[in-house]
This record gives sequence, structure tokens and C-alpha cells, in this order.
Amino acid sequence: MEATAPSPLPADALPVTIRDRVPTGDRIFRTGLTLAALAVPVLLVFLALELYQGAGPAIHKFGPGFVIHSAWDPVAENFGALPLIFGTLLSSALALLIAVPLSLGVAIFLTEFCPKALRQPVAFMVELLAAIPSVVYGLWGIFVLVPVLKKTLFPFLREVLGFLPFFQGPIYGPSMLSASIILAIMVMPYVMSVSREVLLAVPGSQREAALALGATRWEAVRTAILPYARSGIFGAIILGLGRALGETMAVTMLIGNRHDIAASLFAPGYTMAAVIANEFSEAATDMHFAALAYVALVLFVLTLAVNAGARLLIWRVSGGQGSGRAG
Amino acid sequence: MSRRTWRRFTDRMMVGVLYAGAVVAVLPLLLILINLVIKGASSLNWAFFTRIPVPAGETGGGVANAIVGSGLIVGVASLVGLPIGIGAGLFCAEYPASRLAKVSRFVADVLNGTPSIVVGVFAWTWIVARQHHFSALAGSAALAMLMIPMVLRTTEEVVRLVPHALREAALALGYPRWRTALAIVARTALPGIVTGSLLSVARIAGETAPLLFTALGSQYLSFNLDQPMAALPLTVFTYATGPYAEWHQMAWATALVLILLVLGLSIAMRIATRRRFTANG
Repeated sequence: MEATAPSPLPADALPVTIRDRVPTGDRIFRTGLTLAALAVPVLLVFLALELYQGAGPAIHKFGPGFVIHSAWDPVAENFGALPLIFGTLLSSALALLIAVPLSLGVAIFLTEFCPKALRQPVAFMVELLAAIPSVVYGLWGIFVLVPVLKKTLFPFLREVLGFLPFFQGPIYGPSMLSASIILAIMVMPYVMSVSREVLLAVPGSQREAALALGATRWEAVRTAILPYARSGIFGAIILGLGRALGETMAVTMLIGNRHDIAASLFAPGYTMAAVIANEFSEAATDMHFAALAYVALVLFVLTLAVNAGARLLIWRVSGGQGSGRAG
Repeated sequence: MSRRTWRRFTDRMMVGVLYAGAVVAVLPLLLILINLVIKGASSLNWAFFTRIPVPAGETGGGVANAIVGSGLIVGVASLVGLPIGIGAGLFCAEYPASRLAKVSRFVADVLNGTPSIVVGVFAWTWIVARQHHFSALAGSAALAMLMIPMVLRTTEEVVRLVPHALREAALALGYPRWRTALAIVARTALPGIVTGSLLSVARIAGETAPLLFTALGSQYLSFNLDQPMAALPLTVFTYATGPYAEWHQMAWATALVLILLVLGLSIAMRIATRRRFTANG
């Protein structure tokens, strides 16, 4: 009789009486767990199918041109996602531009320079940012952050960098820049904690070798540690990008919600996630629903690609540890 | 300036910059918490927890409907999501080399990165569109879907921390594989599994996007899972984006309650884990 489960012990090493009894319990156990484990990929396939089906009418009508078409007219049933995709990519890119140096700095600070007593509390406080619900960021953004930015940072930027088209025009409160700043705060904990893990994984000998050659501590970081951790940090950044692309509530509350591509960062914009949040429960026609589902499908594929890329990078860096140990 | 002083100067400067960066990074958390307490705490009273909302323009009222709604929606989501997530996590830890484990693990990572609003659209087409009405149950389904991959990964991680010798000892004593896995390995990892589960509960309790067009929200106290239902994050969103000053006040107070729940749970879990790890060395 053959045992069905591959066991670290060969089945025939067990006493006969047990060998006869074991398979039933084990089979039930394994079947139960297998069903649970199967549910995960099945759900993903189901999700993709449902989205595709929901978006069906819009896919038929607009085809792949949907992503380069910029009309959004629910009455005439004419839809295109270009301003949304532009808004999503721009707000995420700006957020990363702000968040990456900061989170990388904190990660370096925590692994290299921070006094031991402060290490845990600082890491803990930055990581707690990830536990704050998105809608609370939005609330804080509307009533605290944006009024302050509108009076301080935005006029300052217009004054100093006003010769650039990005910082011209009237200053609205809710805008591309406001949304990007709140997004930066929100992705910071993710980029920080993954980069910190990557930096912690750099062998101590790297640092010691640099220091022994007479490098200052910062030179050791710059010449020995950062290059070693480079691709892992890149993975962390892409992971942060994945977060930023799909972030919904805070962005919806701060970006101003206008279907438009504006050069000025002070102007309102829109993102894919925000348009779904705003219009889905109020969509009147089937085509409007389908167009929104199409937007969701585009967003899904985009984050899928970004996250798979990030996982692959981190997985390669950590020497395949994420892939599981041999049973 | 000699090269040596220059290098020393750069070193000092960068250390200073990094210190400043750490301060800037910690600032948002403090500012958000301080604002929540200042603007929200004054509205917290008995009525806030026991009454339902009053019509716009009137003062008073509470968010009892949202507290009950959040409890029910998150509770049902956990009833579905936790067993599947934990089961799948046990599978990945127990049969790590199998193809299904590799696929599930990768898909879980992918799902973890999927925007929650996309999962909301999925729950809408799957349940709401077919039933032709919004329901708390559809919201629970969306939240459960967000929960499963999170729980899978944490469960797998903590179960794999259990020393192999324990498993071998149990098997050597003639324990069948399923009892070894449940009574020895999972039992040892139980505190970690519970921590991971509660953290995921805290995470989904703060989710708004998947509920927008599934549970939808409601002004009334409801226990019917087949009908629209209020939830704390939805209430914050509605009140924050509304036009009335009383609503904004309510939004701050509701957000404070939400953050106390979510952060409280996260912090408690972290302290519990740390104590366990230090106790074991």
C-alpha cells in the first residue's frame, strides 16, 4: 500500500498497524488543506474572469484604444482612460520621488547610524504608518495637510520654480501635488521596511572591509553597502510603486477628481482607483459600469505586472529564500 | 580645505541629514494622531457610541450603526477568510515543495498587491450585480478576499519557524502526519498564527474602498447581512467629504474610534510578539 503524502519519512518505515490506519486521517487532512490552498489561485483566476466579463461591453466597444483615448462622457457613453492612467502614473511617480530618498535614508539610518535604544521605536513608528487606514489619511489630508500646503509650500514652489510649467497656474487645495504628498507618506513604511530588511542582509564583512580601508562611515555606506543592496532596494521601490498605484481613498479625497491632463501639479487630476471609487455606485448605464470595470481591469493588470516584477527581484536577491525550503 | 577634512565634513553632514530624515519620517504619524485626538476626542460621549446618525443639520447622534456594521461585516469576513487563509498557510508550510504550495504562495503575494478597490469591483460583479442589490455580505466577501493572502503568508512564516526536531520527534513516536501537523507544529506556532490573524483583522477593519459599492453604508442600525450596512470607514468617508461642519466633527470622532481599534490591535499584537520572542531568547 502506498502513502499518498510525500513524507519526510518513507511510509514503509512505519509499523504495519499505523501504516494501515494513517492514510485516512492524513488524506482528510491533506484534502482539507489542499482545498484551502487551491482556493487562492482559483480566486485569482475567478477575479480576473469576473473583471474581464464585467468589462466585456466596454472592451468590445473601445478595444485596446481605451487606454489612449481621453474622453469621459457618461451621457454619450464615450469613455477613455488616458487621463486616469496619466494621473495614476504621475501621482505614483511623484510620491516615489518624495518617499524613496526619505525611506531609504531612514532605512540606512536605522541599520547603520541609529543609537541602539532608538532603533526599535523609530522603526516601529514608521511601520505604524502602514496600519493607519487610508480614509484617515484622506481626512487628515483634507482638513490639516492641504490647508497648510496651500498657504506655505505651494506659493513657495510657485515663486521659486514658477518658470517651470509644473508649478504655474492657480493654486487649488485638492491637486495632483497634494495627492502625491499624502501618497508619499503612505508608501514610505513599505519602502522603508523592505529596504531595511535588504540592508540588514548585507554581510557585515562588506562594511568592515570598507572601514578597514579607511572609509568614513558614510563612505562605507555609499561604496560598500548600497551597491551590494542595490537590486533589493530596487525591488522595495517597485513594491512601493505597486502600493501607490492602487491606493484609493486618500487619493480620491485629495486629488480633486477632474478628467483632465494638466501640466501644472497644482491642478486637480484623477486616478484609476479614484474614478472607480467615485462613480461606481452612481453609474447609471451598463456601459458606464463596463467602462469602470475596464478601468479596474487595466489597474489590476498594471499592479499585477509591477508586483510580480518586484517579487521576482526581491526573490532573486534573497537567494530564492521566498520560494520555500525543500520538504 | 584638505581632503581629509572634506571627507570628515561629508560624513558628519550625511549623518546629520539622516537624523533629520528620521525625524521627518516619524512626524506624520505624530501629527495625525495628535490631530485626531484634538479634533475627535471632544465628540466622544455615551450618545456617540449608542445613537444612530441624526439628519443633516441637527447636532448630536452617534455612530452605533457603523460600529455594529463594522463588527458584523468584519466578523463574517473573518469567519470565511481566516480558516481558508490559515489552511492554505498550513498547506504551504507542510508541503513546501509541492507545486500547489509554490503557486499559492506566489498568487498570495500577487493578491496582496492587488488594490482593494479592484477586489471591490470583483465583489460587485460577483455578488451585487447578480443579486441586483447592495449587501453587507458582498462587503464581507471582498474583505475576506483581502484577508486570505495576508493570513496565508503570516501563517506559513510562523509555522516554518517551528523547529524541525519537534516534528521529527512526534513522527518518531508514531504520531500520524495530520496529528503532528495540528497538535504539535500548529500548536507550537499558535500564538504567531493568532497574531497574524488579528493583524489582518485590524487591516481589513480599516478598509473603505471595497465596501463603497458592496456594503454601501446606511443611516440606520441594521443586522441584516443581505441589506446595505454602515461601517466605520464608510462613515468617515461620507462625513469627511460632506458639506456640513457637524459632519466633519463626526468624521474626526469616528476616525478616532477607528484608529483606536486598528492601531490598538496592531500595537497590542506587536508587543505580544516581541515579548514572546525575547522570552525565547
